[in-house]
Amino acid sequence: MAIEVPSKVQSKESSEYQDFDMTRFLWVQTRRHLRLLVASPGEIVNPLLFFLLVVILFPLGLGPDPDQLAVLAPGILWVVALLANLMICMRLFVDDFDDGSLEQLAMAPIPLAVAVVPQLVAAWLASGMILSLVSPIFGLMLGFPLAAAPTLIASLLMGTLLMLLIGGVGAALTVGVQRGGILLALLILPLYVPILIAGSRALEEAVNQGDPTVALALLGAGVTGGLVLAPVAIAAGLRVSLEL
Amino acid sequence: MSETLLSVSDVSINKGFRQLLRGVNLAVKSGEIWQLRGGNGVGKTSLLRAMAGLARVEVFGVIDRCEGVLYSGHASALKATLSARENLLSHPSGTAKPNVTEVDEALARVQLQGYEEAQVGRLSAGQKRRVALARLFLPSGRLWLLDEPFTALDVHGVKVLEARFMEHAESGGAVVFTSHQPADVGDKLNVIDLEQFRGD
Repeated sequence: MAIEVPSKVQSKESSEYQDFDMTRFLWVQTRRHLRLLVASPGEIVNPLLFFLLVVILFPLGLGPDPDQLAVLAPGILWVVALLANLMICMRLFVDDFDDGSLEQLAMAPIPLAVAVVPQLVAAWLASGMILSLVSPIFGLMLGFPLAAAPTLIASLLMGTLLMLLIGGVGAALTVGVQRGGILLALLILPLYVPILIAGSRALEEAVNQGDPTVALALLGAGVTGGLVLAPVAIAAGLRVSLEL
Repeated sequence: MSETLLSVSDVSINKGFRQLLRGVNLAVKSGEIWQLRGGNGVGKTSLLRAMAGLARVEVFGVIDRCEGVLYSGHASALKATLSARENLLSHPSGTAKPNVTEVDEALARVQLQGYEEAQVGRLSAGQKRRVALARLFLPSGRLWLLDEPFTALDVHGVKVLEARFMEHAESGGAVVFTSHQPADVGDKLNVIDLEQFRGD
């Protein structure tokens, strides 16, 4: 059966594509994801509760000596932030994958690498940012000096964003896998190690009246690179998972 | 002048090691309505997804499609915790960028007036289906690829949808849908039985 193949399908008449407003689309999608997070507060509260519980458990396990806790506090705070971030990454794309939102997003007339950004922004605002801002309170429970709080907040703001970007790549790759949580952890935990080292290093320097800027600058460089590269990698991962 | 919105040339689709469909040729022109038929598992959904560009891995052959494709599948991309209106306003496909008035009108067209603020999770299966189909009453793509659009709809809902198909075809669009039941959309309907393309 022979058919006539159009040389070039005209697209002039599809006017709704001509005036597709990308900025508006991205804003609407960001709002959609924030509303979804607010509508199911567990997604926001659970990582914070996890953080709180682990921070409470450490003094019980290590003994209440404030000096000893203060030595360990930078490492504890960062490891817990890392694990809380892992929890968030495990859920990142699952709902959208299951209900078909991701394939609809793939049909949007913009590159998938741009289209996933609103989700990352919303996820970070609702998790990493809140966690960073309240972290000095958790720090106090471990005898972490309040004077070093700005460094704690700054390092966690950058660290959680970078971890979310890297974790997003793993989440995109494993979203189609049944119980892909362990696989995700295996994929991304090695990549978290440099962030963990730089982050806790910044805190140690801040606690010992040293200069945390080098470690913070490393995190900042990581975030800059991550913001550029991660969306592309996430889009590629989602294409694999969606079998596009 | 009728313009070709979708052309499928010698397309084969594999599922794992099995060839599902082979040698599918199809040209959908503006103003046409196509129904894909065939038994369960023959590959209707796979072909429709291939047409939408949502399954490139195991699809062989050439598929040319116009810009402005609307695909609606079994997974409706509706969020249970958002209202019907919010779901449509922020639909991730981005095909339409409707305002609140347009969305409310679209919901009224599918008999959901008064449910604009209702959380989709609280609606019945048929009502959810109607919310998903309300996309068709918004400014959307020219080529509609709809997987089982009549599922869970009542008799009246089916009529509304059929009327909308004809309206869309008359305004220069095209519809490809899968369904087991015959659709009453007048002389514009082309039925293609996928059994003839069954692979080995």
